[in-house]
Amino acid sequence: MNEALLRGLAPSVLAILVRRGADFAAAEDAVQDALVEAVRAWPRDPPRDAKGWLVTVAWRRYLDATRAEAARRRREDLADEEPAPGPAPAEDDTLQLYFLCAHPSLTPSSAVALTLRAVGGLTTRQIAQAYLVPEATMAQRISRAKRTVSGVRFDRPGDVATVLRTLYLVFNEGYSGDVDLAAEAIRLTRRLAAAIDHPEAAGLLALMLLHHARRSARTAPDGSLVPLAEQDRTRWDTDAIAEGVRILQAALARDRLGEFQAQAAVAALHADAPTAEETDWVQIVEWYDELARLTDSPIVRLNRAVAVGEADGPRAGLAALAEVDATLPRHTAVAAHLHERGGDPATAAQLYAEAARKASTLAERDHLVRQAARLNSRSH
Amino acid sequence: MAKYLLLKHYRGAPAPVNDVPMDRWAPEEVSAHVQYMEDFAARLEQTGEFVDSQALAPEGTFVRYDGEGRPPVTDGPFAETKDLIAGWMVIDVDSYERAVELAGELSAAPGAGGRPIHEWLEVRPFLASPPTITE
Repeated sequence: MNEALLRGLAPSVLAILVRRGADFAAAEDAVQDALVEAVRAWPRDPPRDAKGWLVTVAWRRYLDATRAEAARRRREDLADEEPAPGPAPAEDDTLQLYFLCAHPSLTPSSAVALTLRAVGGLTTRQIAQAYLVPEATMAQRISRAKRTVSGVRFDRPGDVATVLRTLYLVFNEGYSGDVDLAAEAIRLTRRLAAAIDHPEAAGLLALMLLHHARRSARTAPDGSLVPLAEQDRTRWDTDAIAEGVRILQAALARDRLGEFQAQAAVAALHADAPTAEETDWVQIVEWYDELARLTDSPIVRLNRAVAVGEADGPRAGLAALAEVDATLPRHTAVAAHLHERGGDPATAAQLYAEAARKASTLAERDHLVRQAARLNSRSH
Repeated sequence: MAKYLLLKHYRGAPAPVNDVPMDRWAPEEVSAHVQYMEDFAARLEQTGEFVDSQALAPEGTFVRYDGEGRPPVTDGPFAETKDLIAGWMVIDVDSYERAVELAGELSAAPGAGGRPIHEWLEVRPFLASPPTITE
């Protein structure tokens, strides 16, 4: 039984049911039933047309489920229209599912859960494990999300930006358990970018590939963080970097710049540098200027201050940092880094310790505590 | 989503507004209090925000390594001024604001006279695993 095959087929089967007029929540349940049935039946009796088989079984399940008295009339109407069994249409309907699952009426966490389930074909258990919550909690989150979008018209074009943001949230979650959410986000974004002609979808795919390419170098065997400048660049995935750069260049050539393309451009400049010293910081600052124009995000200005510190020296970096909201996470860590580079280890050590207390992840906290300890033990 | 730990204290937290020890409540008041907590947890399960919860016994022991081959040193239960946790709940919510809102709701559990205890709850964010993107 090929789980990956089933997972790949599930979204298009769901899309076909919904296009035939099935209610989203009921269709989703029917597809899950059909998948369970497939796991049971296929090893004995493999179907010739896997997708057609799933559509037929899921549609029957859907009709069974809607047999309740209140739904009887509707079911009979649908039964009349039931298409003859046969090969399912080959075109990809799943695009509409992306828009439905990332609908603006959902909270980001619900949109993420529903996307992984309906578009990604993951089981509720897998999603719950990935987010470290009980399966019952995730089941509620998904069923609430399904109810919320059940009233949404399926044919209305969705908001690409919301879909991209949802996929980006999945990517940023990293991984835990047996589902690698970053890899899953790349898989889904790759399919989305192939299905729609949108430079920002390509930009997001390029961004994910470029970050993902450096993932194995980002942590030491003991789990501690390795800063970009100290990473072993031979461990970067050069194929993924080449693909990311190629996708990015094609997107940029279309001259419809957006946030994800600009972020990918920064990532590409890091990935392109043979050594940390050869990083083109001047160009990176220019891209952060573009990003600041596009988003007005304080995080962008914080990152820009780091880049300015590298391009024009720590004094200029601190001046740029002074313009940024000091309550931002990692503001103190950036200040510590710039003070150290500016030749003030005492202030830097104090700021590293303060930044460690504010850190939001374990690996980041440990890293910052080590930085403070390194400077403090040196001064004694 | 981010996870938060809501901590209830036996001691160590500032005194609640409705400060009557539980053993001096009427039995129905105790039942109402327990019911409130259970309803609260059930509601969070429905909204997909519940992770786990547990009540803790008041007896705790401090343990310390006392050198190779020697039995660990124990000290307990906690000395009079030490903090003592009565129970905890873990929630997984969209924002810090939501975590605070829920803690406030939990603090309104009824106590003596059926009035809210207004007890102090501690809200502590979990340290997360690092996201894929950091720089």
